Amino acid sequence: MATNAANTTDNAVGTQRVKRGMAEQLKNGVIMDVVTPEQAKIAEDAGAVAVMALERVPADIRKDGGVARMSDPDMIDGIVEAVSIPVMAKVRIGHFVEAQVLESLGVDFIDESEVLTPADEAYHIDKWAFTVPFVCGATNLGEALRRIAEGAAMIRSKGEAGTGNVVEATRHMRSISGEIRRLGTLDEPELFGAAKELRAPYEIVKEVARLGKLPVPLFSAGGVATPADAALMRQLGAQSVFVGSGIFKSGDPARRADAIVQATLHYEDPAVIARVSRGLGEAMVGINLDELSDSQRYAGRGW
Amino acid sequence: MTASPTIGVLALQGDVAEHTHMLRDLGARTARVLSAEQLDTVDGLVIPGGESTTMSKLAVRYDLMKPLRERVADGMPVYGTCAGMIMLADRVLGGTADQETVGGIDMTVRRNAFGRQTESFETGVRIDGIGDDPFDAVFIRAPWVESVGPEVAVLGSVTGTDEAGRIVAVRQGGLMATSFHPELTGDTRIHRLFVDIVKGHA
Repeated sequence: MATNAANTTDNAVGTQRVKRGMAEQLKNGVIMDVVTPEQAKIAEDAGAVAVMALERVPADIRKDGGVARMSDPDMIDGIVEAVSIPVMAKVRIGHFVEAQVLESLGVDFIDESEVLTPADEAYHIDKWAFTVPFVCGATNLGEALRRIAEGAAMIRSKGEAGTGNVVEATRHMRSISGEIRRLGTLDEPELFGAAKELRAPYEIVKEVARLGKLPVPLFSAGGVATPADAALMRQLGAQSVFVGSGIFKSGDPARRADAIVQATLHYEDPAVIARVSRGLGEAMVGINLDELSDSQRYAGRGW
Repeated sequence: MTASPTIGVLALQGDVAEHTHMLRDLGARTARVLSAEQLDTVDGLVIPGGESTTMSKLAVRYDLMKPLRERVADGMPVYGTCAGMIMLADRVLGGTADQETVGGIDMTVRRNAFGRQTESFETGVRIDGIGDDPFDAVFIRAPWVESVGPEVAVLGSVTGTDEAGRIVAVRQGGLMATSFHPELTGDTRIHRLFVDIVKGHA
């Protein structure tokens, strides 16, 4: 057996390319919220590309109220043990110690999430300081680019988690994509102005204008409950879809999980979406957003 | 083989777009492959990085596993990166109980052998057949090749780490696989080698 000659460089962990590369591997898939090892197995069997380990899904966080925090390490360990696909977990906005804890547990991706109660009202986590990659939510392009400047390796729409109502995710996806298209029409002096308006670093603004997309993968989250919702997000430009409460708050989670995976893959084929949408049982009961007060809206968290 | 072959990218999951861009930059025509009909139209295939268990499940569910095996048996060139390497392995360690592969390369691959994401890394690796400059290889929750049969050529191994000597690039006839992700770099040498294999030049 041949062996090759020496490498010229040492191993480098936690580089931008290694973090963004991980995000790229999760494209064209579904990431599912799970609260037990059993749910994690169901998600893996259905073809999820990763699971998000949580103590409570967003719908229950809404119902229970109180402060929502990082999950118990025992619970995360249990899910890491149960599945072989990547495991993500959430930390509060700005809570870098929760992030240090999750990194030490070996989770594969951290979601600095507005679904949990923010721990810092001024600053997000300095994500460059970590080896583990981060995903952050955004409602518009400026927010997305500020998170990327802080080191986020993936952006997702915030949507309005735990509502089963996709309207906010639609708004955020349209806003981000629309603003990216607008950047593509600007000349150099106008890009300086755009950076100022977006409150984002000029270099990243210029890169987005040149690429016609974010420099990291753009996924969608927040209110996806049906196969058609997932396909809608894909058609609006999301490269993958996070499904939170939508699966395990529905009548038949295994079937719904499978159906959402298929609709995410065949998002441009209405015949497939129709087929997998048949007889799925009850979807989670949704919430109309005008029934939510400002304090009950998570998308406004983060800055 | 035509001067400009059509190379499919298996689009069940993963970083399909990055492979597609790289192949197009090299002058190949590309096609997304999601069905047996689409598979029939391509001269070669890339199986991208992604989550191998997901890819395997979806290939079975969409009746692609059998046609993929038939094309491989007929001699279609295939290049697999990371999850794609696992898909081309005759034997997998550390997979799920029901994980099927396309197979074709007489090797045993250990899934997630280099560890979880916090252990993912990049390093230089010398690869036979693409020149002396080390390839800047990006490993993401990567597998390694535990052992190979007599027909398999080892193209590259990692060095200078705890895992020194682990095989990360192999070729058997028209089938090639790497543990790492050339599609995440600007270096087209490995994809160029694959395009040459598809053209019958290498």
